[in-house]
Order: sequence, then structure tokens, then C-alpha cells
Amino acid sequence: MERVKCDCGHVNPHGTILCESCGKHMSGNFSEKSVDMRYEGSARRSQTYNKTPLDKVWNFFSSVKVGIWIIVLILIASAIGTIFPQQMYIPSNVAHEQFYRDQYGFFGQVFYQLGFNNLYGSWWYFLLLAALGISLVTASLDRVIPLYRALKNQGITRRESFMRRQRLFGESRVKEDLDEQIVSVISKLKKRRYCVREENGNFLAEKNRFSRWGPYVNHVGLIIFLIGGMLRFIPGMYVDEMLWIRDGETSVIPGTNGKYYIRSDKFMMETYQKDQENQVFANTLSRVGDGNMVKNYQTNVTLYERKGESILGETPELVKVKDEQIKVNQPLFHDSYAVYQVSYKLNELNKMAFRLVDKETEESFGQIKIDLLNPEKEYDLGKGYKVEILEYFPNFYFDRQGQPATQSQVPDNPAFVFNMISPEHPDGERSFVAIQRTMELSEDNQLNMKFENAEMKNVSALTVRKDNTLWFLGLGGAIFMIGVIQGMYWNHRRIWIRRSNDALLIAGHTNKNWYGIGNEINHILKATGLQELTDQTNQDKRN
Amino acid sequence: MIALSSNLLYTAFFLYLISTFLFGGAIRDRRKQYEKPNKWAAIAISVTMLGFVTHLGYFITRWLASGHAPVSNMFEFVTAFSMMFVLGFIILYFLYKVSILGLFTLPITLLMISYGSLFPTDVSPLIPALQSDWLAIHVTTTALGSAILASSFIAGIIYLLRSVDQTKQSKKTFWLEVIMYMIMTILAFVVFTSIYRGLDYEVVYNWIDKNDQEAEMTYHLPSLVGPNQGELLTKGKMDAFVEVPAIIDAGKLNTVIWSAIAALLLYGGLRLLLRKRISAALQPLTKNIKLDMVDEIGYRSVAIGFPIFTLGALVFAMIWAQIAWTRYWGWDPKEVWALITWLFYAAYLHLRLSKGWSGERSAWLGVIGFGIIIFNLVFVNLIIAGLHSYA
Repeated sequence: MERVKCDCGHVNPHGTILCESCGKHMSGNFSEKSVDMRYEGSARRSQTYNKTPLDKVWNFFSSVKVGIWIIVLILIASAIGTIFPQQMYIPSNVAHEQFYRDQYGFFGQVFYQLGFNNLYGSWWYFLLLAALGISLVTASLDRVIPLYRALKNQGITRRESFMRRQRLFGESRVKEDLDEQIVSVISKLKKRRYCVREENGNFLAEKNRFSRWGPYVNHVGLIIFLIGGMLRFIPGMYVDEMLWIRDGETSVIPGTNGKYYIRSDKFMMETYQKDQENQVFANTLSRVGDGNMVKNYQTNVTLYERKGESILGETPELVKVKDEQIKVNQPLFHDSYAVYQVSYKLNELNKMAFRLVDKETEESFGQIKIDLLNPEKEYDLGKGYKVEILEYFPNFYFDRQGQPATQSQVPDNPAFVFNMISPEHPDGERSFVAIQRTMELSEDNQLNMKFENAEMKNVSALTVRKDNTLWFLGLGGAIFMIGVIQGMYWNHRRIWIRRSNDALLIAGHTNKNWYGIGNEINHILKATGLQELTDQTNQDKRN
Repeated sequence: MIALSSNLLYTAFFLYLISTFLFGGAIRDRRKQYEKPNKWAAIAISVTMLGFVTHLGYFITRWLASGHAPVSNMFEFVTAFSMMFVLGFIILYFLYKVSILGLFTLPITLLMISYGSLFPTDVSPLIPALQSDWLAIHVTTTALGSAILASSFIAGIIYLLRSVDQTKQSKKTFWLEVIMYMIMTILAFVVFTSIYRGLDYEVVYNWIDKNDQEAEMTYHLPSLVGPNQGELLTKGKMDAFVEVPAIIDAGKLNTVIWSAIAALLLYGGLRLLLRKRISAALQPLTKNIKLDMVDEIGYRSVAIGFPIFTLGALVFAMIWAQIAWTRYWGWDPKEVWALITWLFYAAYLHLRLSKGWSGERSAWLGVIGFGIIIFNLVFVNLIIAGLHSYA
């Protein structure tokens, strides 16, 4: 690579604006009133090369202006997505298009047509995030490398022209006690934790250089975070399953490859009762209605681990791991899995009991109890009486052809076609029985299935989650926080002191908080009787 | 304990009110503005700190009484937010010793406390989703971060009042007036709602909602706009002039219209009285300030607030969301608006550090940022439904 040698002897990379060592303006352009100190006038790739397509892409993404535009576009897009709910938050039993049209009228329809109902999952939103990631990398690399070089190679003695063009500058006439004054200033600067270096009677006082790396550190954190967000698409990193489990039921935990089983002992929902709670809550509980505010959702579970290999068709041998109470905010954690309480259904039908009776005399021939989740084919009542279940509809409705059918396997509205066999009718009499309704399918039935009672059970919905990307995201977040605090809560301050014939030149520079550095230096200079620094940009404004 | 807690909040309110006037006095006193804070300013900041201590007392006693951090509903959040806002001001005051900050911060604080008090103030037990230590950690950090970010709004307003040329009409003077009008709208809303609440005003409508169901809607202000196919049930009360479609919440719209009208009257009246723009009338108060210092205060509050906001509203929020809602991020409107706020201030910092946007442009950005914070606090909770709609 080409190199440029400054008259001070320091060799700078091609494209350098200010000599890294002495601060001389390399392009020879001295007309400016103040030097542009951004990135120390170092040679940034984006400012130096602009020929090949790679250069152009690099220059595009390394521009802060482009970066800000990307941020603003993401901001606007994100805001648009909150006008109406995203499709993951709307009821699942209606067609999306219909929901947006019915609930939000014309604008809802437009929202849906433009695909904003799944905005955050759209390809273009993803592209915006990807562009932000690329911009973060290029913009950081374009700046941090030359900046690091320039700060590492910075000289102690700076040119007069460099110093006079600094934003904070002051010039004092040399008096007899100059050396004493300088010693006093230096010791005061050291007290304020400046690191002071000397060269031929000239000084450079510097502090908090590390804060210059803050932006780059936080950008690294963000990149790690963005990558972490995509890691879940790698198989095995991420599990998100849902499990509906009834009281007393044992089920394999989905997503664990049959390794873990869970048994629900009991789901419960508690509400706040006015007379049992702290007196201070009385007003609120009266306002919302006593017993209307939920206090707790909880499933008492036992976690089991399967022993040995799983063999299809065989009951697995289970070893108890632990008992636990899963509540909202208190998931069960085990072996990188977490099981959460997310929803519930109270009083789901579980068993139904019927009595086989004579329609006329109400004489009973026995009772059957049907497990609605696992009904048997036939129930033998003895003495030649038998009930067969010919058809079973757990969640019964009439389909479009007017035929009985079931909407799901959940027994919300069970219906049966029974065949009642008796010594008088060895072929059986058929009857259709649903809740609150009985239809005879054969003529003049003698027997009838009479509903006796039903057993209900609570059902708990648990979400099973494994997310191995969390460590990565946590790392990214932590690095971001460190970087942003490093960059925001400290600032890099430098003060140059140079003797020049009969004058003492002092210049100051900071990457931010000019008001603060001005106060700090002038406080010291005032005490030693030296000329205070003036902010030259303010002077320009006044002129 | 609860009675003590409320009394402490009242005390804080009055102390802030008094210090507003004291800061006014500190501005009027033109002697030695920047050499040393004058006597008025010293008293004013002392009273403010006393106010803050009682405000903190309210917070602690309420926490003790209820057993959970008092940040679980709108009233509690707004009072906590305003407390952090005052804390941010006290910190900035000791860094820069600028009295005028108090003259603008404290009235906004008063407005916020009164706004929050319109919501149910009873201590409420926690629903299962909120029963976590993260409630205290996440919400207080977020409130502190947003409050410090909001301080840049105060600095921005002061900067603009000072720097915008009031001798001729321009876009800038127009937008400054818009800000003044917005502040008055909130004032009008608070005053109007309180008056009618004092009168126990109530109008009940029978209406047809968007699912074609009959429902009742209660207005607490006279109805200007009525609900879809609304039928007035309360006798002897004014009926609405127009009816709005079912997809619009007529009750909320009605309140917004009243606030806007009342604010217009207030604004118009003041304009007639002053015979100049409100911002022109306020300009003399800012005569003695140094622009670059106010600019730096605005920037400093963003620099201090941004990391705290990130920690509270994004990092802690994600940790809690992972525990309570099974996922660290779910595009809930409140989450998205926290992200938007964060992106906005990230853009602010880049514009300032790399594009040299300081001074007036930075001040406008500070104002817009506050708008976003308030939007997230008020509208996202009340209008856009989501997991955070607890209030």
C-alpha cells in the first residue's frame, strides 16, 4: 500500500488527512479555520477508495447517513405494524382477511392487503435488519482501525497550525515563572487523572481514551445479538411446543424426543377473595367485583425421565425426577428445557355415565360409564344386555352435507350412536344421543340410554421451550451495555501544551461534552494565572 | 399507611408547586446569574429536594403497604415516572446549576401527577403475570431511563424558546405554538375531567358494537359524539350531535374532542390576553441562558438516559418476558414502541456525533423523543390493546 511521509518523519497510510504524529494537514489545505478532528483525520477506507464495485458497496454501508436512514426506516416500519394487532395476536378461529375487515373496516383491509398483518416476519423487514447488521460491521471497521492507528501513533508535540485550529485554544505570553506555572498545571491535571507525557518541554495530557472504543464495542454486541436472533433456525437450538394436559394425565413432553414425561396432578385457578386479602386491597376488589381478579394459575406436576430406549408400542419405564408447582412467572426448569403455565380450560367433560332403561317402565338394566377420551367399543351389562358404541363424535356438529361429524378430538360436545342389545332385540336398537337430545334411529325402540351424570376435569396448557440461543443473546446484550456505558459515561479528553518562542500554546479536544472540558481546563488555568481557553466555534458564531 | 402515603404525595405536589414559583423568582433575579446560584435558586432547589423526598416517601410507604413495588398500574407508573423526572432534574441542576430547568420541569411534573391521579388510585393486588421481582426491577429502571431522556425535552424547549426568532412568523414559531397547545390540551383534559368527576356527571348510552352486540357505554363528559346507533338512556342530558361508526371508541373520541376544544379556548384566551405568541411571551424568561450549555444539557440527558433506558426497557424487559411469557421478544405493541424509542434516540446520537446535528436540530429531536415516550406511555396503553394494557 502507498505510504505518505510527513516532514516530521512519521509515515502515514495513504489517504491520511492529518499526520498521525504531529497533526500537520497532509493535503496542504490550510484555509479552514478549524481542523476537522473527526476520527483524528485518519485514513478511512471509505474516504480514500471509490473505484471498484466493492469500494462502492463498502462506501455505501459505511456511511453513517445511510445507517441513520436504515434506523429510521426500521423505526417507521415497526410503528406501522402496531396500528392494528399482528396476526399472532388475533383469534385463530376466524380467517385473517375477514378479521381485519370486520374489526377495522377499510383501513384494516388495506393493512391486510399490504401484508402488514405479519410485518415483522416479512422478507423486507428482515432485509432492513440485515442491512442494519451490514452497516454496523462496515461502518465500525471503516472507522475503528484507522482511529486505533492514529491514537496509537499520536505525537506529543503538535504543530502550531494544528493547535491554533483546535476548538478550544488559548495563548499565554511567557513570563518568568513559566516553568513553575507549567509544573503546577501538570500536577493539577494529574490530580484530575490525566495521563501526562512530555517531549522536549511540550506536553500531552490525556484521559479516558478507552471511551473512544465504546461505540465499536457496543456495535460488536449488537452484531452478536442479531446473529443470536437467527441462531434459532439451526436445528436443535430451539424448541417451542404446546402441551394440553388433563388432571391426572401423564404425557410425553413434546420436543424432548420422548426423553421426558410429565404428569399433571392438578390444575388450579385461584382468585382474590376480599375477606382473605390484605385490607388495603378492599377498594379495588370491590370495584372489579369480589372474586373476579385472578390470583394464581398453577399446575402441580411430576416430572419423569424415561429409562432406557423407547420401544414403539411398549409402555416406557419412567423414573421420577421431581415434583414441582408450575405457576405464571415460575416455570419448571430442567436440562435446558423450561415448561411454562400459559393457559387452561376448566371443567372439560371427561366421563359420562348412562343408564340403560326401559322407555315405558323406567326399569334399569345397568349403567355404563364412558371415558370420553378413550371410549370402549362395547359395554356388557350381563343377562344378555349389552351396549355398543357404533359411532362417537367428541365435538359434534352437522357438517355441510347435514351429516353428523366432529370438529376436533376434544370432548366439548360429545355425541354417540348407541346400539342397545337386549334378549328381546338381539340385533339391537339404534339411538343417537347427544347432550340434551336423543334421536331414535330404529323404529319403536323399547330401550333408551338415559343420561346419569358427567365427570369433568381441568385441563392445563403448558408451553415447552428450549432456547439455546439465549446465552448468545445475553452475551451480545452484555457487550452492548458495556460498550454503550463506556462510550456514554466517559469522554476522551486531551490537552496539548506547547512552547513556541515567547508564547505558551494550549489546546484542548474532547469527543463530547465541550462544556465540561472547558470548565475543567479553565478552572486549572485560572488558578495558575494562565490565559483561559476559548471555544472558537462560539466566537465564529458571534462574529 | 395508605393514608400517609397519599398525604405524602399531596405534600410533594404542593412543594413542587411552590418551587415552581421560587424558580420563577430565581429567573427574575438578574444579578450574577452564572457566577453563583442566587438565594432564590438555593431555596427553590431545597424545596424541590424536599418535595422529592416526600415523593419518595409516598413511593416507599405505598410499597410497604401493598407488599409490591408501586408501579403496577397507570396511576402508580405515572407518579413513579414523575418522581424519576424530578430526580433527573435535580441531578442536572447540580451538574449545571441552571434555574430555568426547574421552571419548566416542575410544571410538567405537576401536570403528570394530576394526569395520573385521574386513573384509579386504589392499591391493587397483582395479577399472576406481574407477580415477580422483575416488576420492580424492569419498571423502575425503564421509568428512570425514560424520565432522564425526557429531560432533554425540557432542555430542547428552553433552547428553542431562546433561539427561535419570534419577530417574524415561520415554521419554527408555528411548531413551537403546536407544542404549547399540546401541553394545554393535557392541562385542559385534566381540569375538565376533574370538574365533571366532581359533579358526578354520567350519561349512559345503549349502542351496537362492532360485533353487532348491544352494549352500554358510559360517558363522564357531555356527549358531543355518540356511539354507533346510540340511544340515550339517561334523561335530561344533552344528546350527541353526530354518531360515529362502531369501530371507533366514541367515549374516548368524545373526551379527546372536549380536551381539544377546551385547550383551544385556553390557548385563544391567552393569545388575546398576551397579544403575542405563547412562546414569544415565554421567551424573555430564557434571556439569560447560554445556548451551548442548554444544548449540552439536552445531549447529556440523552447520553445518561440512553444506557439506563436500554437496560430497563429492553434488557430487563427481555429477561422478564422470557420468564413470564415464555419468549424474550414477541412484537407486543409496547415492546415495539420501546424498540422505536430506542431506535429514535440511537438515531439522535448518531446524528449528533457523526453528522454534527447539535443546537436547534438537536433540540427539536429532544422534543420529538419526548412525544414518542408519552405516546408509548399513554396511547399504547389506552388505545392499542396488548399484553401491557393493565391500566
